[in-house]
Amino acid sequence: MAAPKASLHLVAPVWNGGTRGISGLSRVVAPEGNQKKGRSLLQFLADRFYDVEALRDHLLRKRVSKVHQKNRPFNHINQRYGPYVAGAYFILKQGGAVRFQGREWIRPNQRGHFSLDFLKLQAVPVEAVDASGCAINYQGLDSLLALKELQSLWLQRCPHVDDWCLSRLHPLASSLQELSLAGCPRVSERGLACLHHLWNLRRLDISDLPAVSSPGLTRILVEEMLPSCEVLGADWAQDLKLGPEEQPRDTAGPTPA
Amino acid sequence: AHDVKTVGRLGGGDRDGKMSEIKKKIRSILPGGDWNPLYDTSYLPPESSDVVIVGGGVLGLSVAYWLKKLEKPRGAIRVLVVERDHTYSRASTVLSVGGIRQQFSVPENVQLSLFSIDFLRNINEYLAVADDPPLDIQFNPSGYLLLASEKGAAIMENNVKVQRQEGAKVCLMSPEQLRNKFPWINTEGVALASYGMEHEGWFDPWCLLQGLRRKVQSMGVLFCRGEVTRFVSSSNLMKTASGEEVNLKRIHEVHVKIDQSLEYQPVECAIVINAAGAWSGQVAELAGIGKGPPGTLQGTKLPVELRKRYVYLWHCPQGPGLETPFVIDPSGTYFRREGLGHNYLGGCSPTEEEEPDPGNLEVDHDFFQDRVWPPLAQRVPAFETLKVRSAWAGYYDYNTFDQNGVVGPHPLVINMYFATGFSGHGLQQAPAVGRAVAEMVLEGHFQTINLSSFLFSRFYSGEKVQEHNII
Repeated sequence: MAAPKASLHLVAPVWNGGTRGISGLSRVVAPEGNQKKGRSLLQFLADRFYDVEALRDHLLRKRVSKVHQKNRPFNHINQRYGPYVAGAYFILKQGGAVRFQGREWIRPNQRGHFSLDFLKLQAVPVEAVDASGCAINYQGLDSLLALKELQSLWLQRCPHVDDWCLSRLHPLASSLQELSLAGCPRVSERGLACLHHLWNLRRLDISDLPAVSSPGLTRILVEEMLPSCEVLGADWAQDLKLGPEEQPRDTAGPTPA
Repeated sequence: AHDVKTVGRLGGGDRDGKMSEIKKKIRSILPGGDWNPLYDTSYLPPESSDVVIVGGGVLGLSVAYWLKKLEKPRGAIRVLVVERDHTYSRASTVLSVGGIRQQFSVPENVQLSLFSIDFLRNINEYLAVADDPPLDIQFNPSGYLLLASEKGAAIMENNVKVQRQEGAKVCLMSPEQLRNKFPWINTEGVALASYGMEHEGWFDPWCLLQGLRRKVQSMGVLFCRGEVTRFVSSSNLMKTASGEEVNLKRIHEVHVKIDQSLEYQPVECAIVINAAGAWSGQVAELAGIGKGPPGTLQGTKLPVELRKRYVYLWHCPQGPGLETPFVIDPSGTYFRREGLGHNYLGGCSPTEEEEPDPGNLEVDHDFFQDRVWPPLAQRVPAFETLKVRSAWAGYYDYNTFDQNGVVGPHPLVINMYFATGFSGHGLQQAPAVGRAVAEMVLEGHFQTINLSSFLFSRFYSGEKVQEHNII
């Protein structure tokens, strides 16, 4: 009796471009606007009243400027205490964690407060930064790129880290050994292509990136691009789906008499 | 003889049509509809408009965007964009390979490109329309790799110095460094390479076009699907400060002919912007630019003409991987990665003798075999086995004078402004050029980037702004 042949087909992962207005994820824009069902009250009113429209635009701009404010550079700290302390202060203020060379991790507590003991560590380089979940963006990377001896950088689930930010990481090429981008909603395979500058990279985590169109293929290509790096992430077989079992043919295999 | 029953049925069908007409009339009379008691003229442009932009590609839309953004007070200027090809089937914007780089030798070009990449990075802040999803221009930050032979190495070093001064992130690489970084390159004949580390790459031009279109429509710019066939202008004989007489012209009306019809609408206008891309030369002739004795300012034509360029898409399974930048060979051949499936886009600029006939957009596949493939295979040995998947052709708005753009007003036809002639760089400089032209229109001078060397008058005075590229 012939064993049922399971055939593997490459199935494109289906996902929708989130269209929750400006704050949602995106793909190519629909030129004539989206036909939305269930429009919210705010949108309905904004279509009819200039005041509501102005209010909505103001709220949007305030949200954007809040992110910019969080990513401002601390130039006065930089001038007084040096780039390592300024970078550490920046990360701690955003809610991340920092580890100086030869020391323990410094984290802010529940309320976001942290001790300022590290201000005296002016000459000690920062070795590891955990900016998971922080609102760091392209401008905010200025403070990080000044940390010349950074060895490990974790940017898991950062909502504003995108391909442009990845293209900026090349100054850290000589020291960076570990990079984690798991769960970043805006990182796609195009940004991963510019990680080849990081020739010292030994561990790269690219799991759970929703904007990457084919995670398995991307992982294979990234592994080829960085031969000495261990790439954690999408299993290459996760894109493959078992096809329907084929009917056993009559002529295949010995039929019982 | 008509059958009585058929007539009845015909009458019944006609009645349904009449009902929908009546409903349409009632809906148009109610508030919110555009009521025209005679007939529907919504396809015609308005009878007057402050600015008429000839050409709705990325440059025209960029000028429209910046005009509406920089105008004071809000809503002061009425802008009309006239585009005759509403499917953009022959527009240079959408047929472009989509690259953006700062590796130029003219400092103004570097500045234009730097601002444009800034614009693209913050595109969702510039072109945000409420209720619509954010744009994803699919930017690949992989950079440009320009290779130079022995002859061009000194020029390349100079260029990189200029680029670094303006703020571009470019680094020079020796052949050995090249081999280490990109093992698939054959560095024979390469003396130096310049590699853009940041702010360079390629993106999706269609997305930028649609984003601009959507945003300018939300800002109140009017669009018209038609062709500009005539300019009605008036002349004034004026004396310059030194006493010589000059015939200044001013365009009063633009005749816009509607697609596939003999109907035209005269649009009264104050300013005309020529952003017609490859066809800008023809539009300028309509305005009388170049009609005069040769050698004078009146006789200087706008030297922008159509040039056809081919782009080929091929597949090579052993080809370079994800890190492939946009590579430009010293022979002029270029290629870049497209997607994840080992597909590559590329082409080559033909020499003056081999220029193809720009009458149509047919692709010459022999050109690939003879002129593109041999240098490619020599530079990247993996490309010896490749399979061409598809190809297309597009137009350059080629400036035959010095292959750089024309920006700013014409010295004699005082209300026609140019934003054209970029010879293949229009897409990557469009946001910055749009802003420069808008500043020129609104303020009278360039404010952010000084493009005085790109004015029209250089065609008469003979000062070429030429790129010293190794290409």
